[in-house]
Amino acid sequence: MNSLAKLLEAALFASPRPIPTEELAVLDDEASKAAVQSALDELREHYNVDGHGVELVEQGGGWQILTRPEYTEAIERAQMAIRPHRLSGAALETLAIVAYRQPIGKAEIGEIRGVDVGAILKSLLERGLVEVVARGEGLGRPLLYGTTPLFLEQFALRHLEELPRIDELAIALRTSKPAEDEAGASTEPVPAGSA
Amino acid sequence: MTSPHQGATGETSFVVELSAFNGPLDLLLSLIRDEKVDIYDIPIANICKQFLERMHELALNDAADYLEMAARLLRIKTLMLLPRHEGLDQWEDPRAELVRRLLEYQQMREVVDVLERLGEDRRNRFARSWTQTLSAPPQAPLALSLAELLLAVDRVLRQARKPVMHDVVPRALDVDGAIAIVRAVLALRANARWRDVVRLDAEPWEVLSALLALLELARRSELKLAQSRPFSDVEICRELAGEAA
Repeated sequence: MNSLAKLLEAALFASPRPIPTEELAVLDDEASKAAVQSALDELREHYNVDGHGVELVEQGGGWQILTRPEYTEAIERAQMAIRPHRLSGAALETLAIVAYRQPIGKAEIGEIRGVDVGAILKSLLERGLVEVVARGEGLGRPLLYGTTPLFLEQFALRHLEELPRIDELAIALRTSKPAEDEAGASTEPVPAGSA
Repeated sequence: MTSPHQGATGETSFVVELSAFNGPLDLLLSLIRDEKVDIYDIPIANICKQFLERMHELALNDAADYLEMAARLLRIKTLMLLPRHEGLDQWEDPRAELVRRLLEYQQMREVVDVLERLGEDRRNRFARSWTQTLSAPPQAPLALSLAELLLAVDRVLRQARKPVMHDVVPRALDVDGAIAIVRAVLALRANARWRDVVRLDAEPWEVLSALLALLELARRSELKLAQSRPFSDVEICRELAGEAA
């Protein structure tokens, strides 16, 4: 490994969060972005080829050294580290809506889910998965929520665009207004329960 | 109709999230799936009836969100019963809004599946310092027999030292005794020092007694106390006047 790759390895090892490529470039004034990129590739190759218990992963908006999944169980059994709690279905539903519709207010989320989401939103805020990103225009200027970098990290996403696009989903839905275009909506042969 | 039959489920509290459903739309979707009906042509009377039944079964009677949906379904049901004028093409399906919401919800459920998979994947890897949720580690189940436990307790207690129990008794100062000592010293020589009246290894009560004795004798003018500078040795001089008196 060249010295830049070693420097990057040290920085990634020291950092508690994923670091984007541009930020890594700050480590060495003389290194170009391309050099950083190729050093990262070299580091990743190094972990993969030589067979390491960790690997270099690009996600959560940056690069991070992660343990390989096959060792998770042993590590957790020995109580050396514990996995974060699994999110409840209600929490995931709320997160999904925020991720796709951000910035979005509490009332709209509740409308889509059909339930009051106050408590769930609060716990997501506490977990740092969503945050207040703006205030709405409407009555009382409601708080609008969006997802955080931690959300990306916990769902192993490089950026939000990595989530499936709406038109890639099995249930394609005109996201805008209720369908008034054709009154014959009932003629569309969509199988129920295709999910 | 389905009059609420408050029997077995009489005293239900507000437990909704605990049920198998994440809300009324979730319940509704599962009914539609179970009944294998076309989401664009929901047999509203049937679904409405089942919704109320399931609500009742799951003891969701007092959950506002479910009640609201039930009311909505009943309203759609009545609207469907109104006579339709075939000629007028303005007829708007009362179910349209519900269908839209159901589809929207279903779409979101699909995203939830994706998130669930991604999240589970990430959960299975540790980062160098995942400081986010380092709460108390899970309790390891104790695999011990009672005998083993008792043996362990016994072993620990054996090793533990017996506590040293102090009896604290008040010890009065012996000022009179100290006065006698000071007088005895001064009887031998006119000048003495602090060290002459207090032993080097004197206990605190002896030191205090000596101090009080000296002060008392000085008050009675039997002696004079002097200290050339702070913390230097105290000089004790026999007071001739006192002796004379």
